[in-house]
Amino acid sequence: RFYCKDRIIFVTKEDHEAPSNAELVEDDPNDPYEDHGLILPSGEINWNCPCLGGMASGPCGQQFKEAFSCFHYSTEEVKGSECIEHFRGMQECMQKYPELYPQEDENESGPSGGDDTAPAEPSNTDAASVPDSSVDEVTVAGTENAATS
Amino acid sequence: VSCQLVPVHLWNVVELNDHTSFKRSHLICCVDESVKCVISVVINVDAKKFVGILLTMSPVEPALPEVPEHAPYLLIGGGTASFAAARSIRARDPGARVLIVTDEADLPYMRPPLSKELWFSDDPSVTETLRFKQWNGKERSIYFQPPSFYVSPRELQTVENGGVAVLMDRKVTHMDVRGSKVKLSDGTEISYDKCLIATGGVPRNLQVIERAGEEVKKRTTLFRKIEDFRALEKVSRELKSITIIGGGFLGSELACALGRRSADLGLEVVQMFPEKGNMGKVLPEYLSNWTTEKVKKEGVTVLTDAVVKNVSYKDGKVQIRMKDGRVVKTDHVVAAVGLEPNVELARSAGLEVDSDFGGYRVNAELQARANIWVAGDAACFYDIKLGRRRVEHHDHAVVSGRLAGENMTGADKPYWHQSMFWSDLGPDVGYEAIGIVDSNLPTVGVFTKATAKDTPRAVTELSGTGIRSESETEAVAGAVAGAVAGAAGAPAPPPQQKEDYGKGVIFYLRDKVVVGIVLWNVFNRMPIARKIIKDGEEHADLNEVAKLFNIHDD
Repeated sequence: RFYCKDRIIFVTKEDHEAPSNAELVEDDPNDPYEDHGLILPSGEINWNCPCLGGMASGPCGQQFKEAFSCFHYSTEEVKGSECIEHFRGMQECMQKYPELYPQEDENESGPSGGDDTAPAEPSNTDAASVPDSSVDEVTVAGTENAATS
Repeated sequence: VSCQLVPVHLWNVVELNDHTSFKRSHLICCVDESVKCVISVVINVDAKKFVGILLTMSPVEPALPEVPEHAPYLLIGGGTASFAAARSIRARDPGARVLIVTDEADLPYMRPPLSKELWFSDDPSVTETLRFKQWNGKERSIYFQPPSFYVSPRELQTVENGGVAVLMDRKVTHMDVRGSKVKLSDGTEISYDKCLIATGGVPRNLQVIERAGEEVKKRTTLFRKIEDFRALEKVSRELKSITIIGGGFLGSELACALGRRSADLGLEVVQMFPEKGNMGKVLPEYLSNWTTEKVKKEGVTVLTDAVVKNVSYKDGKVQIRMKDGRVVKTDHVVAAVGLEPNVELARSAGLEVDSDFGGYRVNAELQARANIWVAGDAACFYDIKLGRRRVEHHDHAVVSGRLAGENMTGADKPYWHQSMFWSDLGPDVGYEAIGIVDSNLPTVGVFTKATAKDTPRAVTELSGTGIRSESETEAVAGAVAGAVAGAAGAPAPPPQQKEDYGKGVIFYLRDKVVVGIVLWNVFNRMPIARKIIKDGEEHADLNEVAKLFNIHDD
């Protein structure tokens, strides 16, 4: 059905049941222009990932980077077990800015110290399973999913 | 000069070279701000005798000036693009010292809630707090960060680990590129290493209102900032009739927001614009018409094909006369007729201004000249995929601000990640869009029927996020991986269906290539839309492309 230059198609669920034959271009995983989510192709941490919220850029950014780097590169059996001091330093810093890093509920995960200090390590293809930002900030809206294509 | 006498019990014991014990009291006084003078009375404790007066003068550490003389990273403008750049710089350059200079009296904040969420808040103090509770109970401030996030401009140059400082109520009036420095309206100079111009823009006004005299102008709102929100909110409670001129995003959102309150407040809300329907420049005609009906259901009197001829103040009302003779009498006018990008620094800085789109002309890496970048509403940039353009949406400000920050710290990446935008017409109808969404382009729309699950409200409840646009940040790009090439039988012809554009995907084409996509009441699918635009391929059957969105699922 045509409506001047605007074409309209109505489809039922059955119409769309068969898989699409539209072809998508294969993505280059090493595309230098692409945003790469939390972990860069080189294995380094992308501190500018929107999934981190403002964690790496705020007043405790330095401490956060140290703690998370330590964890990321840790090869201990219990990953990050040697990073306790860094996480403690991070927590100490965050306690100085309760407005920016409020205490979390039990239900929500957070990078606060304690027994399970280590944030969930995201896989390369995973999107933003980074520690829920304990920063009660406005996540800058709608930028991107952190997943690589 | 102020002096302070120390009580006797605080006398200090002083030992002189011959080990005689003395006590010393202090009278401290400042001769001037730069010298501290201490006068001591010295007493021989053992001999119980007054010995003399000891005068010591020492220089006072000068207080740091309020405005730093130099900022390694200087960001002109304190809006979304600037904040995104500041965050990006701090993430990539540890210890970076970033100075934001803004002529507003507010720390950086996000604009979309000013015409959306803040109006839906139940909290009567929302105009003060600027916080709002979303459907799922999560509260947010429109400010990107609270004051404690920032360092003061005064300590920016010395604070350990650097930080982001915001100098408010200051306008940069002159830029000396050769000398790498700017001048503020009060004459203060700040030198920089890298500079971002993110000056956004100023709302346009209708000429007929500009010429209409003071009584009309003081009853007219040009909506953009927090103060405009506060003023309009007050007006909506106190006056009986508001007319919005303009049928685009801002005008329609405000109309719907005010329309929803109109019954409770006994407020008449009128919206008028030259196009045939709301979002007439963005949506294809059938959808624009459908949208207009929706806006009317929100309690708005919509006048289409309305061109304002003149505006006057008569008998206590603002009278708007249209070219076709219709007249609207109202108490207050909101002009939402576009944005004039702010290029005031172009002359002094020697920067190029684009004559087609307005704004500063920059390359694909958002650079205007050496060490000067531009981002946000004021940037007319080269988009490798879609061509030179200027985009006035929130997400673009974020994306371009981030990119500028990356490039200011050495990344040299072009604009590549396509930004998106969205609009909600109240909580029941909403859409997201990406790319060039211009109703002049040929379009192909693929629709199904909306269920209760598909509204913006339902989406936020499901994903547990606040602002709907956040859920895109957390979405996993599973949809992209799901695309399968394979034989498919020809689809059966769609059954005859009542024209209900409840839910669907609209493709905008330029030379047979999809350059823009609107996701109509279909959410969390932006990654696949972005991918299709990035590919820039010609697709023979757009219904097949539409299948990639799984619009029947949720």
